[in-house]
Amino acid sequence: MIIEAVDAPPSGDNPKLQKIWETRPGLSGWLSTVDHKSIGIRYIVTAFFFMVIGGLEALVMRVQLAQGAQNFLTPEQYNQVFSMHGITMVFLYAMPVLSGFSNYLWPLLLGARDMAFPRLNAFSYWLYLFAGLFIYSTMPFGQAPDAGWFNYVPLAAKTYDFGLNIDVFTLGVIFIGLSTTGGAINFVVTLMRVRAPGMSINRMPIIIWGTLTASLGNIFAVPAVSLACALLWFDRNLGTRFFSVDGGGQPLLWQHLFWIFGHPWVYAIVLPSMGMVSDALPTLCRRPLVGYTAVALATVSTMVVGFGVWVHHMFATGLPPIGLSFFGAASMVIVIPSAVSVFAWIATIWTGRPTLNTAFLHFASFVLLFVIGGVSGFMTAAVPLDWQLTDTYFVVAHIHYVLLGINVFPVLGGVYFWFPKMTGRMMNEKLGKVGFWFTFAGFNIAFFPMHIVGLLGMPRRVYSYATDLGLNDLNLAITLGAFVLAIGLLLFFWNVVSSARDGAEAGKNPWSGPTLEWAVASPPPPYNFAVIPTIASRHPLWEPYLADADAPRSMIDRGFLLDDGRQTLATSILDAEPQAVLSMPDDTLVPFLISLAVAALFAALLLHGWICAALAMLAIIMLAIRWLNPPQIRAAHGS
Amino acid sequence: MAHKPLRLEIPLIARGHPHGSGWWGMIMLIATESALFVYLLFSYYYLAAQIPTRWPPGGPLDAKLSILNTVILLSSSFTLVRAERAAVGGKNPFAWLITTILLGTTFVGIQAAEWTNKAFTPSSDSFGSLYYVITGFHMAHVVVGLLMLCTVLTWLWRADRPDQSLPIRLASVYWHFVDAVWLAVFFSIFIFPTLV
Repeated sequence: MIIEAVDAPPSGDNPKLQKIWETRPGLSGWLSTVDHKSIGIRYIVTAFFFMVIGGLEALVMRVQLAQGAQNFLTPEQYNQVFSMHGITMVFLYAMPVLSGFSNYLWPLLLGARDMAFPRLNAFSYWLYLFAGLFIYSTMPFGQAPDAGWFNYVPLAAKTYDFGLNIDVFTLGVIFIGLSTTGGAINFVVTLMRVRAPGMSINRMPIIIWGTLTASLGNIFAVPAVSLACALLWFDRNLGTRFFSVDGGGQPLLWQHLFWIFGHPWVYAIVLPSMGMVSDALPTLCRRPLVGYTAVALATVSTMVVGFGVWVHHMFATGLPPIGLSFFGAASMVIVIPSAVSVFAWIATIWTGRPTLNTAFLHFASFVLLFVIGGVSGFMTAAVPLDWQLTDTYFVVAHIHYVLLGINVFPVLGGVYFWFPKMTGRMMNEKLGKVGFWFTFAGFNIAFFPMHIVGLLGMPRRVYSYATDLGLNDLNLAITLGAFVLAIGLLLFFWNVVSSARDGAEAGKNPWSGPTLEWAVASPPPPYNFAVIPTIASRHPLWEPYLADADAPRSMIDRGFLLDDGRQTLATSILDAEPQAVLSMPDDTLVPFLISLAVAALFAALLLHGWICAALAMLAIIMLAIRWLNPPQIRAAHGS
Repeated sequence: MAHKPLRLEIPLIARGHPHGSGWWGMIMLIATESALFVYLLFSYYYLAAQIPTRWPPGGPLDAKLSILNTVILLSSSFTLVRAERAAVGGKNPFAWLITTILLGTTFVGIQAAEWTNKAFTPSSDSFGSLYYVITGFHMAHVVVGLLMLCTVLTWLWRADRPDQSLPIRLASVYWHFVDAVWLAVFFSIFIFPTLV
């Protein structure tokens, strides 16, 4: 077919495209939408919902640990609460919230009308929601997972843990893995297919690099944990011997499989948020990111090396010294790409003209917290020191500095930064700054002393401690810090709710951002771009300030219309040359229905309802065939 | 400087078109599934290396039926290549496609017979667990592949458009992947124990 560039209407509105792309009203429209913006916001809201639950669990733990020898929780309750806290934050908050941002932002940043697989996108979301509810389903019956988020055997074997607790963990992790894998495949193919013409890979925003790297990592890492969980489920329910020593099995196999997944996963839940900072921070500093290429390469190389460091979680398991040396060295190597990014961010702030707003405060404090968490990680990469620190609160401090520092702070900053795009309204700056200082102070009061109690030898994951160990005061401070942090987050949520209602109008581009999402209305219309833009540089909206007078300019208001049904432009992988017009699917209920069937399958497996499981499987197959049926064939037969 | 691409002639790609995004989706699915089998075989070799006695504890398995099955599965890849070529070239692919499905079904049947003639069970020892879970995972993939081929068969039957070759290409690349995995499984379970 022949397509010709046309001018976009001055208002940016196109009623015909609106009609083609908009979600139908009513419940069935809501359940069947495949709009990446709705899905992205759903991911973010759901992730914060789980974060609140995980946060309440943390507060309950801190009440128990505020002083030694308390009985606020029984040991078994404590086991379930700390396990669910970790599972919730790691699986149900940290990754999904980033998927939310990436889902929302990717097509807008890439100049596309949707992701490459819009229905897969909806499917990933529904799987995530149902997996989260599934993992929580046994908690009201006192049978939540209780062997920690990494669920070591033999503690998690049937002999020692015979309720549904571990079964719901193993099945739930496989369940959420399906969602993660589907989402990851979608991001990778989206990157390969639908970037705007001219957006060669050296012009992509860094968040694209971050999410791409995380997604490729997940594609290869998630099967390890899914397999580990399947094998454990077989051991517990079908009597296999993978992890039992008396049958020739090996408990350490669990740790290998879990951490082969676990460490790349750690990078998967920080690289996209580092990417968010790499794009948003320079905007607030009024200059391009320092060292774009170096930061992009650092992002990718972190993940590559990240596949070769898993044994550093297992230094204390008695592996041979040659193995420990190798993995210790590999773990230290990670410092190099991390430092490249840190220096790039510092240089960006240093040489820019920073706007000291709430978003900037979150991003700048992220750099500081990343350095602290990075240094404590580097310390535990040294084998002898790790033997002293392993299983103490020092490691708890480390994981919280990296996960809150590199995930939560950028995410909160990211909400302040992109909230105007998502809602059309600004968040309240005054309230935002007060909330930030509560969050920042509470975080450090809560987690910094954990380094010290860890160095003093306080073991993690124990429901109490003796009162005469000299740990009472520090633990009280930690508990108070946790509550201050909670107040900061409450202020944040209040800010979100009140600003969504009556925040100041944001307009298209409140921060004068350089990338394509700021070229469209806030919130963007369902079709994103009235015409498909053409990109000539890394900062299409900053070209008037940055580019040479005679350099080619990006074209935002003139491009291909593509309004014959849902369509977007396919471009080549490296150089983004236009290749084809892609016909995109309409809204459909199938992803929702198939997710329900998957949920039924997992529930049936949990309760050993084999016939129900077979029926659910059948439903999944039928729905999948319906989903994949190519449309022209269906049309040709009038069905 | 003037903007270049004002007018372009490029194909409209509907879903089902040979260059649709589905191709890359399938490649990524195969990538993640390959990782799954890598980890499964990692578990196999890890447990084999850790065991103090010989591997498997009962000595190497009789490979006769499995050699036959390997030949059957490999030939199904060849027949599928012929079916795919026919479909892409606008010719009748049904004979080759049905042959492929029959060969695949025979493989599953022989594999099921193999399961019944073993002296060990999934719960006898770690080798038993590995044997049944690895071949079981693989067999599940063969069954999924067969479902794909049967679905493609009905779609092609009903199709009146010649450019609908994406489904058979996707089913085909998945099937070849399942074949390749079998070679790794076969080597690990039947050949490797005779080498150590």
